[in-house]
Amino acid sequence: MMRHSKMLQGGPTLTTTEATPKSFPPPPPAGPRPNPAPEAAIERVLLPTGTQAWLVTRHDDVRQLLRSPDFSADFTAPGFPVLRRVPPPDPKRSAGLFIRMDAPDHTFFRRMLTSEFMIKNMRTLEPLIRQTVVGALDSLTAAGQPADLVEHFALPVPSMVICHLLGVPYADHAFFQNRSRTLLAWSTPPEEAQAAADDLRAYLERLIDVKVAEPGDDLVSRLATERLATGEITRDELVGLSLLLLIAGHETTANMIGLSALVLLQHPEQLRELRDDPALIDDTVEELLRYLTIVRQGLPRVAVRDTVVGDHEIKAGEGVIALLSAANFDAEVFAAAEEFDLHRGSHSHVAFGFGVHQCLGQPLARSELRIALAELTQRLPDLALAVDPSEVEYRDAVIYGVRRLPVTW
Amino acid sequence: MSALRIAVDRDACCGSGNCVMTVPQVFDQDEELGLVVLLDPEPPAERHAAVRQAAHICPAGAIDLTES
Repeated sequence: MMRHSKMLQGGPTLTTTEATPKSFPPPPPAGPRPNPAPEAAIERVLLPTGTQAWLVTRHDDVRQLLRSPDFSADFTAPGFPVLRRVPPPDPKRSAGLFIRMDAPDHTFFRRMLTSEFMIKNMRTLEPLIRQTVVGALDSLTAAGQPADLVEHFALPVPSMVICHLLGVPYADHAFFQNRSRTLLAWSTPPEEAQAAADDLRAYLERLIDVKVAEPGDDLVSRLATERLATGEITRDELVGLSLLLLIAGHETTANMIGLSALVLLQHPEQLRELRDDPALIDDTVEELLRYLTIVRQGLPRVAVRDTVVGDHEIKAGEGVIALLSAANFDAEVFAAAEEFDLHRGSHSHVAFGFGVHQCLGQPLARSELRIALAELTQRLPDLALAVDPSEVEYRDAVIYGVRRLPVTW
Repeated sequence: MSALRIAVDRDACCGSGNCVMTVPQVFDQDEELGLVVLLDPEPPAERHAAVRQAAHICPAGAIDLTES
């Protein structure tokens, strides 16, 4: 089929015949790293919803597309390429979800939150992150061998930290972790996903009532007193913002920690190097972000006007998917991209996305990953997988990860 | 010796902080909005490579470089 589509591009007489597009997303890989990148720079794919979209795979093209004002991130825009059926738009449920908005609405909400997550504020949070990481490692070792690194370490660390930042009681973690996982699993029927999101919204509404009555030193309280009370944002918008931050704040980093531990254990020489030279942690984290690219299904957008990506014309109303994992394995940018190599200089990866929607919490994610992986490798030098790598189960979810990671130390 | 002049566009900036991470001697973020603040518009030669990297990885394309 690959050869056929190349013929189509080269032969104008054949352009009236459409090749059957490949299905996207492909089945998940049985390992920590993404599926091999498609050969074509841009190709048409068929989504599970029955609609078609352009799959964009080159590093340069992905960057250009995600930075271009010719594309919209609004799920309700005509032609938007959704991967699973979504219930009809509902203003109450979409309020504040600025990852699905364009400028100027996106800018309005993002700027409300940007300074909260900037590097200098994360630096002051680092002692608390370290304390949380060390506490979780103590609970892991207290659990006895073998223990599940996800349950005792990868999941609780970012959950505790985002709870602290937002002012969400960590005691409620079982509830919000459960609803987040339901919401993000591909196998969840749309109605059930919506019910999970509604549960989280109802919970956050009650939390906001508490913060309005008794503000604390936390982000939800600040938004309640400085933005809600002043009428700058509505209550539904505050619920939406809090929902995004709570889910993004624990799911992404938790999955990165679990997968990163697995990848490091599978590359013992580089793990030893890192242990001997802790200054390598920054480069290690960047390479793990590139190599794992946990947002596996890429970022969907729709063209709002006729435009060009690379040398390919895209018409207004056509959907595109920026395949971050393919961009991060583009051999033009990352030599021997298939190899995990902490010395490669991975800084131009697009694991956090690109363009104005690029991950707002990336300074937090980096601080958490650096501290968690540094402490894990230093404090448990004999860390080892307790099962055969082929037995590790992966989560088929919006954010890729391992379900469990049984380890000994 | 080549000179490098930096201009930043705070309207375009999305506060990702990539520039601050890459060259904290040249870029900062303000306390209120978290948007880029240029500390050194004409940095010394030893920072040029890092500044070019910061401009390249800026997700919003908010850093403009003029080389002369």
